[in-house]
Amino acid sequence: MFKKVLIANRGEVAVRVIRACREIGIPTVAIYSEADADSLHVSLATEAYCIGPAESAKSYLKIPAIISTALISGADAIHPGYGFLSERADFADICNAHGIKFIGPSGDIIRKMGDKAQARATMDSYDIPLIPGSGIIDDINKAKKICKKMKYPVIVKATAGGGGKGMRIVNNEDELEENIFLCKTEAQKFFGNSAVYIEKYLKNPRHIEVQILADKFGNVIYLGERDCSIQRRHQKLLEEAPSPAVSEKVREKLGRTAVKVAKAIKYEGVGTVEFLLDENNNFYFMEMNTRLQVEHGITEMISNIDIVREQINIAAGKSVSVAQRDVELKGHAIECRINAEDPEKDFMPAPGQINGYVAPGGYGVRVDSHVYSGYAIPTYYDSMISKLICWAPTREQARRRMYRALKEYVITGVKTTLPFYQDIIEDPVFTKGKFDTGFLEDYQRRKYQKD
Amino acid sequence: MIFETDYVKKLAKILSDNDLTELSLENNDGAIVLKREAQNNMPPRTSVQPVVQQVAVAEPEVREKKTSEDMTGCKKITSPMVGIFYASHSPDEAPIVSVGDTVSKGQVVCIIEAMKLMNKIESDVSGKIVKVCVENGTAVEYGQVLMYVE
Repeated sequence: MFKKVLIANRGEVAVRVIRACREIGIPTVAIYSEADADSLHVSLATEAYCIGPAESAKSYLKIPAIISTALISGADAIHPGYGFLSERADFADICNAHGIKFIGPSGDIIRKMGDKAQARATMDSYDIPLIPGSGIIDDINKAKKICKKMKYPVIVKATAGGGGKGMRIVNNEDELEENIFLCKTEAQKFFGNSAVYIEKYLKNPRHIEVQILADKFGNVIYLGERDCSIQRRHQKLLEEAPSPAVSEKVREKLGRTAVKVAKAIKYEGVGTVEFLLDENNNFYFMEMNTRLQVEHGITEMISNIDIVREQINIAAGKSVSVAQRDVELKGHAIECRINAEDPEKDFMPAPGQINGYVAPGGYGVRVDSHVYSGYAIPTYYDSMISKLICWAPTREQARRRMYRALKEYVITGVKTTLPFYQDIIEDPVFTKGKFDTGFLEDYQRRKYQKD
Repeated sequence: MIFETDYVKKLAKILSDNDLTELSLENNDGAIVLKREAQNNMPPRTSVQPVVQQVAVAEPEVREKKTSEDMTGCKKITSPMVGIFYASHSPDEAPIVSVGDTVSKGQVVCIIEAMKLMNKIESDVSGKIVKVCVENGTAVEYGQVLMYVE
C-alpha cells in the first residue's frame, strides 16, 4: 500500500479522498493556494503545503509545484480528484517519470479517451453503438455531405473538449459553416486544440452513465447507472441512481457494454462510460470519463461500495473487491449539488462568507462538503458548497427524504441553490420520473407561465 | 492576579508540554479555562466564541507559521516556490548571504531546489539582512518567509 498520498485538488473532493486514505491508514499531504489557507482539506490532512497564489494556473494546475511537493514530502502516490489535472495525460506521464503513482489510468489511456473523435473511432472498431457522426472535419464540403446524410439537427464538438464546453448545435446547412468556425475558435481558446467533429444531435435524450471499476488483473465490473439528465447548459444539477427510465434488462445491456468498452482499452481504475438513451431505449456511446466523478456518491449509496477506496486499492495493485455476481444494487439515491449561486440571477456565482451552517442529518442522508460555519468561499474556484445525497428503499421515499433534508439545511451568509432544489424536488414531472435533458428548459417555461 | 500574562503563558506551556487539550483552574479570585487543539485533532478550526472568564489559548499550528512580531517594519523575502532551501550554491561553499549583508533588488540570495533543478532566488527588496528564517536543507512552501531585510 502507498506510504503517503498527495491530493492534488481542493474543496469537497480533497476532503473525500483524505477521508478514504485515513480509513485505509495512509498519511496524506494536502496542497493549497494562498486563497485556501483556511480550507478544511488543509486541516484534515497529515501535512499541508502552500504551493502558490490563488490563481489555479499558478497553484492547482502548476505541475512542477505539485511534483516538487510530492518529492519533498515523500508522497509515493498522487490522487488528482476531479477537474484540474485529473484528465491531463501529461501529468500522469510526469508522475510516472518521477516514480510517483498517479491514482488513475495511464497517460496513454487518458489520451486515447480524452480525444473524443479518436475515442469514437476506437469504440466503432469494437462495435460499440455510437451516435452517427464524423471524424475530424477538415473540409466544409465533406462536412455538408456527412450532415446531409445524418440529417439535421447536428452538433459540432471539440475533440479535446468535455464537460459540456466547445459544442454548437446546427439546425440546417446554412448555419453549418459559421458554427464550425465558431466552434473551432472556442476549442482553440479553451482546449488549445481547434479540431472538431460532428455528431447527429439527439434532441432530448436521457443522459445515462455507467460506473465501472477495473483492476490490473483484467477484472472489470459495473455498479449500475446514473441518470444525469437534469442539466443546465450541459452542467449537471441533480443526479439519481438507478435511472427511473432504465429497466433491469437495459441496465444489464448498458453495464455489459460499459465493461466491454473498459476491457477493449485495457482500462485500470475507476471510470464512467456516458451514453445517451433515446425514447426507444436505444443507447449510444457518448464519451468516457477516465476519473472519479462528482456524482460517484449516489452509486456508493446503492451499491454499498466505497468507490474512492476501491480506486486507491486498485492503484496500489489490489484487485476489485467484489465480483460482478456479488454486486447488489439496493434502493434509490438522489444528489443535489448545493452551490453558492443565485438561482434568481441566472445562477450567478455568489461567493462570500458562510456565517451560519447547519447540515441535515438522519437516516439515509449524506452530506459531502468542505464547508463550515465561518468559512469564506474563495472567488477563484468553483462555487460548490456541498453535495447532498439522500438514499431510501424506493425513489419516491428518496425524493421525500431529499425534500425533508433540503428544508432542514441552513446556509446563511451566501445565496445558495437550496431553494431551487426545493422547487425541483416537488415538481410533478420530476416526481413522475419521466424527463430527459430537456427537463430544465421545460421546467423553467412551466414555472414562468405560472408566475 | 490570576490573569497576568506570564502566568497564562506558564499555563499554556504546561498544556503544550504535556499534550493536553484542556486545563481549568478555579480559586477564590476567579476561574480560568485554557483549551488547545492537540496535534491529531480532527475538527477544523472554528471561530472562538469568548465566554465570560474563559480564555482560549490557541496553540500555534503544527506547521509553524512564522510570526513577524519582532520584525515589524522589515521587508520580507518570500519563497516563490515549493522546494528545498539552500543557503549556498554547493555544500562546501559559504552561504551566499548572511545576517548583516546588504543586498540589492535582483541579487541572488539563496537557492531553492525543486525537482532536481537548482533555482537561484533573487531578492525583490533592497536593504540589510536582519534575519535568515530557514535552516539550510529544509523544505519551504510558497510564500514562506525566507529572510527579513531592513
